Amino acid sequence: MQELLQYFFSGITSGAVYAVIALGFTMLFNSTGLINFAQGEFVMLGALSLITLWRDFKLPLPLAFCLAVVGVAMVGILLERLAIRSVRKPHPIVLVIITVGASILLRGVAMLHWGKDAYSVRSFSRHPPIEIAGATLLPQSLWILAIVLLIVAGLQFFYRRTLTGKAMQACSINRKAASLLGIGSESMVLLAFGVSAAMGAVGGVLIAPITMSGYDMGTLLGLKGFCAAMLGGLGSSWGAVVGGLLLGILESLGVGFFSSSLKDAIAFLLLLLILYVRPSGLLGVKAVHRF
Amino acid sequence: MKFLLFAGAILVGGVLVKNPYHLQLLTFIGIYTLLALGLNMLMGYAGQISLGHAAFFGLGAYTTAVLTVHYGWSPWMSLPVALLLTACVSFLVALPMLKLHGFYLGMGTLGFGMIGYILFRGWARVTGGDSGLVGIPPLSVGSMELTSKTAYYFLVWFCVTVGFIVCERIVGSRMGRALRAIHDSEQAAGAMGVDTSRIKVNVFVLSAVFSALAGFLYAHMVTFISPSSFDFLVSVRMVTMVVIGGMASIWGSLLGASLLTLLPEWLHVFVDYEMMVYGLVLMVVMIFLPQGLTRGLMDAYERSRSRYRNRHANP
Repeated sequence: MQELLQYFFSGITSGAVYAVIALGFTMLFNSTGLINFAQGEFVMLGALSLITLWRDFKLPLPLAFCLAVVGVAMVGILLERLAIRSVRKPHPIVLVIITVGASILLRGVAMLHWGKDAYSVRSFSRHPPIEIAGATLLPQSLWILAIVLLIVAGLQFFYRRTLTGKAMQACSINRKAASLLGIGSESMVLLAFGVSAAMGAVGGVLIAPITMSGYDMGTLLGLKGFCAAMLGGLGSSWGAVVGGLLLGILESLGVGFFSSSLKDAIAFLLLLLILYVRPSGLLGVKAVHRF
Repeated sequence: MKFLLFAGAILVGGVLVKNPYHLQLLTFIGIYTLLALGLNMLMGYAGQISLGHAAFFGLGAYTTAVLTVHYGWSPWMSLPVALLLTACVSFLVALPMLKLHGFYLGMGTLGFGMIGYILFRGWARVTGGDSGLVGIPPLSVGSMELTSKTAYYFLVWFCVTVGFIVCERIVGSRMGRALRAIHDSEQAAGAMGVDTSRIKVNVFVLSAVFSALAGFLYAHMVTFISPSSFDFLVSVRMVTMVVIGGMASIWGSLLGASLLTLLPEWLHVFVDYEMMVYGLVLMVVMIFLPQGLTRGLMDAYERSRSRYRNRHANP
């Protein structure tokens, strides 16, 4: 029982991070129908820039947090502006290769700048771990959960209550009709890229204290985020959260009961399974043209 | 005729090049050409992306390595096993995977490639884990060991030539036309009576077998393999070769493989920049020359020539 609770705690912690990454995928997919293979690299950039800003430059945490997120959002906007928009024939295979290229490029730049070492950083606050029924809960987990909840609430608010959010939704439903109504669909796409990159960066910032961060952490995290998004149903914000938490918990149970070397395989097996069996995901309602 | 010229070039190369380092480089180009050729059939002709082909490359290499090192098989016995096993695995993978399209296919194959890599690393009892497998025997014909670089060069390029002929025949056949039809529009191809799913599975298996053959040749050439030779970056490198050389261009595979093998050798400072350059090249080629270097440069040349001619025709 105590063990189970412990696995549960560590599962939700990493699951919440996957959820944020999945939200980034979902956001972009909603407004552009694009899957960004470089999403994981935004996570990596967020984590590494937080480490540099907070640990090395000794900036206060909130400032470092904001700077890291805004910086990565700029990278996302640059990516859209320089690469995605200049594509002549936006065929999926072309966009896949371009975003894969972007991810390799970002990884290469990060390797040059931060080197091949992995870094760690202390957790956000210095509170002692909390004991609940014999299992320990790290304060960082609470931070992560709180921030994830805030983000989901913020997203809901953005989509439901703000004009920009509604315009973005209109773009995702029908780009042509939206632009007939005077919505600049290009700026919406740009915004979506910025916000989804920022989301990736938040994921990176959150995960930095609980893992080792290096230039090559992005691919795995990006894939797991995508897996979470697919699990919950691509395009649904709540689905992303549910998928992320589910993936995190399954993974930590897998590590607990089977072996830790298989930990990463769990996400991919789940991904393949969901792609074959139910591509619309657990919470996905609309029939998607995936087949 | 083309192939006679090609064979002649190989012969001349094998006879003239004596420097073992250069020979090894040429042999590597041959192995990478095989990889690119197989992937090009899938990506260029059928229009189905795969970001996990390094797993098949690894499967070929690991099968022969495990059979020869652990069980003492002759490499020539393990070759059919490696090819057959890869064909079976790729068939099983392809059945559900090729129902996916576009981004989903990319993610699905990426996930498959990752599982392959994790297995190569994690199944340490068989694959040796991170430290890899040492002591893979070199190939031998009768009592003669193919240890000399020249002999191996000829063997690899013989395989490449056969590969070229096979691909050229397929491209010109009914199946090749069906593949191009699928590339342009799967629904239209289906409406014309092309059994799209069967053909896609066939070409996936074919490209996986090419990769496994390359893996076999690679394993017996370097006699040591480790998981890092089959990771995600290798899959990306394969895609880069196809993209640079030109999708749907058989000879483009040769160009792409040669460029990506030679470039790092020419620029030794390149090591740290390797990833950056791959990424940039992938993006730039896809944005400006989505047809690849072979076709793209030819098109650009044609365009500038006709512009020049027009300017002079009507002053």
